[in-house]
Amino acid sequence: MIDGIITGLYTAFSPINLMMVLLGCFAGTFIGMLPGLGPVSAIALMIPITYGLDPASGLILIAGVYYGAVFGGSTSAILINAPGVSGAVATAFDGYPLAQSGRAGKALAIAAYSSFAGGTIGAVLLLVFVPILAKVSLSFQSADYFALMLFGCTAIAAFSGKGQVLKAILMTLLGLMLATVGEDPSGIQRFTFGNADLYDGISFLLLSMATFALAEALIVILKNAGGSAPASNLHSSSLGSLSVSREERNDIAPAVARSSILGFFVGILPGAGATIASFLAYGMERNLAPDDKQDEFGRGSYRGLAAPETANNAASTGSFVPLLTLGIPGSATTAVMLGALLSYGVQPGPRLYIDNPAVFWSVIISMYVGNIVLLVLNLPLIPYISKLLRVPRQLLTPIILFFSLMGVYLVSFNTVDLTMMVVIGVIAVVFRVLDYPLAPLLLGFILGGMLEDNLRRALLIWDGSFAFLWQRPITLTIMIITLLTLMVPMVSTLRGGRRFRHPDTMSE
Amino acid sequence: MKCRIPALLLVLVLAGPGFAAERIHFLIPGGAGGGWDATARGVGEALARAGAIDASSYENLSGGGGARALSHLIETADRQQNTLMISSSPIILRSLRKIYPQSYHDIVPVASVVVDYGALVVRVDSLYLKWQDVVDDFSNNPRGVNVAGGSSRASTDHIVAALAFQKSGLDARQLKYIPYNAGAHAMVGLLSGETQILSTGLSEAIALADQGEVRILATTAPERLERVPDIPTLTEQGVPAVFSNWRGFFAAPGTTDTQRLQFERILAGMYETEEWQSVRESRGWTDFFVAGDDFVAFLNQQEQEMSALLQELGFLN
Repeated sequence: MIDGIITGLYTAFSPINLMMVLLGCFAGTFIGMLPGLGPVSAIALMIPITYGLDPASGLILIAGVYYGAVFGGSTSAILINAPGVSGAVATAFDGYPLAQSGRAGKALAIAAYSSFAGGTIGAVLLLVFVPILAKVSLSFQSADYFALMLFGCTAIAAFSGKGQVLKAILMTLLGLMLATVGEDPSGIQRFTFGNADLYDGISFLLLSMATFALAEALIVILKNAGGSAPASNLHSSSLGSLSVSREERNDIAPAVARSSILGFFVGILPGAGATIASFLAYGMERNLAPDDKQDEFGRGSYRGLAAPETANNAASTGSFVPLLTLGIPGSATTAVMLGALLSYGVQPGPRLYIDNPAVFWSVIISMYVGNIVLLVLNLPLIPYISKLLRVPRQLLTPIILFFSLMGVYLVSFNTVDLTMMVVIGVIAVVFRVLDYPLAPLLLGFILGGMLEDNLRRALLIWDGSFAFLWQRPITLTIMIITLLTLMVPMVSTLRGGRRFRHPDTMSE
Repeated sequence: MKCRIPALLLVLVLAGPGFAAERIHFLIPGGAGGGWDATARGVGEALARAGAIDASSYENLSGGGGARALSHLIETADRQQNTLMISSSPIILRSLRKIYPQSYHDIVPVASVVVDYGALVVRVDSLYLKWQDVVDDFSNNPRGVNVAGGSSRASTDHIVAALAFQKSGLDARQLKYIPYNAGAHAMVGLLSGETQILSTGLSEAIALADQGEVRILATTAPERLERVPDIPTLTEQGVPAVFSNWRGFFAAPGTTDTQRLQFERILAGMYETEEWQSVRESRGWTDFFVAGDDFVAFLNQQEQEMSALLQELGFLN
């Protein structure tokens, strides 16, 4: 194994592979930043370029593109509320309010530091534990995933602590309902009205772009018809400021440490992945935060930004465990990477690190390099990137509209999706005006499909009995944690009664 | 008038008999990265690189699990004379279930190019050593055998498993099919122990078996394949269940016989080229060239079998 690691070090630090990391991270960050283009599109664009390379270099390049795009995705989520990947949705919850209140530079810097920490801690865990982790990723069954998704739903509490409990629950339910559109796994059409364009359901990207990016752009137009003010008029001079005070650092550090470990282990599970990891970390940090800090969540909390951003990156690293050791891709992105590996003639699986140590270890080692490159590459760029918000609205808004519509079209090549997107965008604007939070809608939509699929499988396997809830230890443990998470704040509210309601300001 | 003459000449050249040989437009009913996409692009690139055609272009038109592309090909037939649409068994399954408003009868079948057989897979430590073990276990306790698959009910993975059980003399309606949303997730279901059998494509199963995680109990191929001579078929284990998940090409309605034969000739010539052999090797595909009337007969037979099976499973009303 040591020999393998040394071979990997040599491979990863060869000049050509260092260049590949640099190139990959740069291209990935740039593509990921465009709203609507995520890691899948970024990798798909890069694969043809890698055909002439040897497998290790090609994979290192692609892995660089991957973390670059994950990182770039958080930039568009923070600056313009356009999370192009589901993993960046939770980043937008607090990142966008921060940017709107004139702290864009700081928000981007925190995102960069958190990503770096998450990615690096993930890579260390990967390097140390990889041979035994394969077992962990297979320990979860559908029943356990169901419990995990249910636990993920508790993150909704972050949007209901502000006198909006009913509205948040309603929007979550609407999200769950939207997730049922299309052909269900038993082969039955639901809510398709016989229309072929609805058979495949509504795509995440479409819903996310319509409810976040499109709605945001439309609101801006409605608010300031004809004005030429910059998109953010608060503290314009400090937009690019990166300074994070010692106090803030101390506030964030424990959240980062917890979230990276949580994120990594959720990332290992092929049925969970980066999105669930980011929601779980967000919910966990909100629940652990002291009462006075809890209300900041959803309105510009540094912890609320750092937690999902860390978890998301740690989980992306963790998802390499099932990919490399079992040949099982847990997400669409890792599925594209598996395709790339196969086309180089590399078959991932339990024997990969014996048969092909150079490929295996150099990829893991290049993750450290990639994380450092990302940080070095992005920190100096932040002041310039955040100046994007100073672009006059009449320029910025059409650009956002263009990229978000194009991003959706480039996935399906179906013009009906564009119509659907505009209709959903308009409905989202109505919700915004009526002060209904849209984040729970997206959360319900993302979790809804997985919640239902896993519950359906668990019930099928257990012959229609709910016994798995108490007979499977992992399921039972997660269910108890979920119940505690829900009960503890209620009990403390009833006992203390000192938490009064705040008017919601997130959707302003 | 001046500019009309070159335009007219251009039209004559384009409409000439040699046109199909110059350029083929591939219509792909699914998004980038899927199986249809890989096959169409693999074939197109092999043909272009080998010089059999001058250019190839690709159009991904997803929607309705393929229904949209099929409708598009029919509605715009007069502009699609150099188009080949890729499809596979779903065009039969989904037409039978009326998910597609049209079927392959409404377009012109050209040829099937590759095939992937179904495979029934177990964990390496499974007690099932041959298909008969599964049959015995199922006869004793049908609720104890969970079969995982990477697609929804009544689609290919389910059909493969149901066919194997039906032809073994068992009641396929009692089969517990557990749907996952991708083959990889179904594999996780098998390895995590919540299901006992995985129904998947043979090429995917071979890659997994090579890594020593799973064993292939049987395939739905008519006879053992040269590539994997050790893997038994269901047929040789006394179960006459043969299922070929072909991938092939279809042309627009109204395509002339001359044109269809031209497509057929180009595709037939592809198998001899080195370019195709390297594409096929890297993808793990098995050649399966059935063209013209034979292809239509093959489709009709598969349609008949699938119809009977879906009927028995209760998916046709």
